[in-house]
Amino acid sequence: MRTVIGFALAGVVLAGLAVAPLYLGPYGTGLLIGMTGYVTLASAWAMFSGPTRFVSLATVAFFGIGAYTMAVLYESLPYPLVLAVAALVGLVVALVVGLSTLRLAGVYFVIFTFGLAELVRQLVTWYEVNVTGTLGRYLFVSFGSEVIYWQLLGLCAATFLIAWVIGRSRIGLALKVIGDDEVVAVHCGISTARVKLALFAVSSVIITLVGAIQAPRWTYIEPLIVFNPTVSFLTLIMALLGGAGRLWGPLVGAVPLFLLFEWLSANFPDHYSIILGLLFMAIVFVLPKGVLEFAETGLRRLRRRPPQDGSATVAGKEVEG
Amino acid sequence: MTPLLSIDELTKRFGGLTAVDRISFSMEEGEAVALLGPNGSGKTTVLNMISGHLPASAGRIRLGGTTISGLPAHRIAHHGVARTFQLVRVLPSLSVEENVLAAIRFRVRPASAAEADEEARSLLERVGLAGRGGEPAAALTYIDQKRMELARALGSRPSLLLLDEWLAGLNPSELRIGIDLIARLNDTGMTVLLVEHVMDAVRALCPRAIVMNAGRKIADGATAEVLKDPEVVRAYLGESDAVA
Amino acid sequence: MTLTTALIAGLVLGGTYALVAMGLTLQYGIARIMNLAYGDTIITAAFAAFILQGGLAVNPLLGLALVVPGGFLLSYLIYRLILSHLVARASDRGALEVDSILTTFGLLFVIQGVLLVLFGGNYTSYSFLNVAVDIMGAKVAANRLLALALALSIGLTLYLLLTRTRWGTALRAVAVAPQSAALVGIDVNRAAAFAFALGGGLAAAGGVVISMYQTFTATAGVVFTMKALIVVIMGGVGNLLGALCAGLLLGVVETLVSTYVDPGLTLAATYAIFLVVLLWRPQGLFGRVAR
Repeated sequence: MRTVIGFALAGVVLAGLAVAPLYLGPYGTGLLIGMTGYVTLASAWAMFSGPTRFVSLATVAFFGIGAYTMAVLYESLPYPLVLAVAALVGLVVALVVGLSTLRLAGVYFVIFTFGLAELVRQLVTWYEVNVTGTLGRYLFVSFGSEVIYWQLLGLCAATFLIAWVIGRSRIGLALKVIGDDEVVAVHCGISTARVKLALFAVSSVIITLVGAIQAPRWTYIEPLIVFNPTVSFLTLIMALLGGAGRLWGPLVGAVPLFLLFEWLSANFPDHYSIILGLLFMAIVFVLPKGVLEFAETGLRRLRRRPPQDGSATVAGKEVEG
Repeated sequence: MTPLLSIDELTKRFGGLTAVDRISFSMEEGEAVALLGPNGSGKTTVLNMISGHLPASAGRIRLGGTTISGLPAHRIAHHGVARTFQLVRVLPSLSVEENVLAAIRFRVRPASAAEADEEARSLLERVGLAGRGGEPAAALTYIDQKRMELARALGSRPSLLLLDEWLAGLNPSELRIGIDLIARLNDTGMTVLLVEHVMDAVRALCPRAIVMNAGRKIADGATAEVLKDPEVVRAYLGESDAVA
Repeated sequence: MTLTTALIAGLVLGGTYALVAMGLTLQYGIARIMNLAYGDTIITAAFAAFILQGGLAVNPLLGLALVVPGGFLLSYLIYRLILSHLVARASDRGALEVDSILTTFGLLFVIQGVLLVLFGGNYTSYSFLNVAVDIMGAKVAANRLLALALALSIGLTLYLLLTRTRWGTALRAVAVAPQSAALVGIDVNRAAAFAFALGGGLAAAGGVVISMYQTFTATAGVVFTMKALIVVIMGGVGNLLGALCAGLLLGVVETLVSTYVDPGLTLAATYAIFLVVLLWRPQGLFGRVAR
């Protein structure tokens, strides 16, 4: 019953968000696009990195791959096919990264993803300079920005749906086990590397699609623009602020931080990376598990105070002797 | 008939230290065997290699004719090896029932979601945790965590159960319950290899014992005989609980 | 460029990589901090040398004597003021790793942001000892030779200090077994802070050395961190001689690729090596288990 109400509520919110561009001006629609994009990125990031604790620093590598694929192919292929190709390229890169690192300890994965965006950027630059002879491409699509927004909104809804389904599925249980104790997980028969790989692939494909869908917003694309490390950084900080372990955590973190970032980059264009860096360190220190979990423990503590002390401690005592 | 488990010249080296030195033995289906030896003699390392937690440096482990040494741990679990850990390993953020479900839903022929819930409940009942499935696993007492860990191991439907000091740290009445539990399992045909220091439990449960010292096998035979073996007594000298 | 010239250039670059990788292996192996802002320490030192040389006309060799203690002190403060709190609250090594990765990732953006504000995003360099020297028929700039000599002598001095002195043994003990080290009376926290600071000092030395013969930008830190990390993994975590060999190897391969294939593909070459290491010997090419 609660699930039905939840879905109905989500449907209403989604419908409201979908008609929003008809009432907002182009600036408002632009904001919504950016915000929806980051909510999707942060949710997709948390889908993999939250439960596995494998910190992925490669968000912008996949984002940029998506954007660049769009820029290269949009004239020669029908639009949906370009999206499919972008997703496929993202998938292949994710499999290469995953197959070479996910059976090893987390650091190897972090290191690999840390430089991945720079590697892909240099490779794309090399390819453009040496093979096509151009650096930078123009990208004009026939549809308006509200169409971009609707696609992103759809992708965002799909991301939440996927995360929700995973949470209820066998893979979701496997993830919880892996998050708690990997040794137990393998001894239960869970192929941890395969679970991680599958999840990393799903997460990466979503991120790639965000890049592909958002690409036409720029009209001019070059490697330095689409492989901007700030994207990885913002995604990470949003997911962590809200709490990467919760379905709604990234959403809770992404909305206020996106608005803050917009304001900072408009008012302190030279200093925003310093401010965000400091803010990020503060979050890691003060709210290591995110706002949601922090609020929840706080609430539980408040609620527990008036009646007699918790029932949890009484449990597990009926052993004789 | 091929033995259920056969171990051949199994060796583990950590750097320059040889923790397990060319151990060989085999177990028939339905047997309950104790793996004994003073602390640091390599017993747990043997279990770790059987379950795939550690790779063997040399030698071979076969289960029912298939070589399992060299396989990753989850594949070994799928071949039918389940275990408990010397220091209990619970999944603290999961409920008691979910802890058991983890094994049930990822064994070689996983149960469907509905069947799995039913099976988890009956396993918890079997180990004495009836009706406790909804509690957070982290809140369980030590003995209950051990019970839950056993239920989880059984959830894999293993053909070979490895118990690493599963009875350690229990008080006398808990110990009696624990011994009964393992005895009943063994009666239903479960093959059990247990590393144990509690000698009363070993005498009660295992007709056969293997003794290790400094990585080598020094005795293998009927438990009563083995415990009288002068070399075994010498190996144990100083460990009062063992000779008692 | 002849093969000899390329090889010498590769050794120079590799010597620098080895030097900075040694610092990183100290920070990760002993202080257990995975420092993603490491490369930004290097770049900061390079800019410091640039200011000293260009603005104040201080010889980079003398600059080394100022910048290295500066890097040491700065890293010590970062460890004491920020990272030690993470160490104190971490329940296990995995938790500390995640925390330190996240924190230093934030720190990376702070340092990079400050550098961008101060120096902008352009390529920077200065001219020092830019005279050709003849070696086996190949013309090599004197600053490169000096860079190689500095990198090797600093690296070897460190190696001797760590293997031949009492406190070196103490540090290595902490790297291998922190619990046991505490039992024999070693102050593990102090050792960790010291190792982290020492790593920062080496990064600073690397930065000055790099600035003598290379151009650099405020955003180049990521690539240096990346290369240092790869060298550390190739050499085996905590293995100083391994880092030396791996660094030289990486430098030579990179230079050969950029000379004979394409300068735009050097990072690709680095990643290719990394991939081979991951698939073939993730514990490092030169023995020693990563732990």
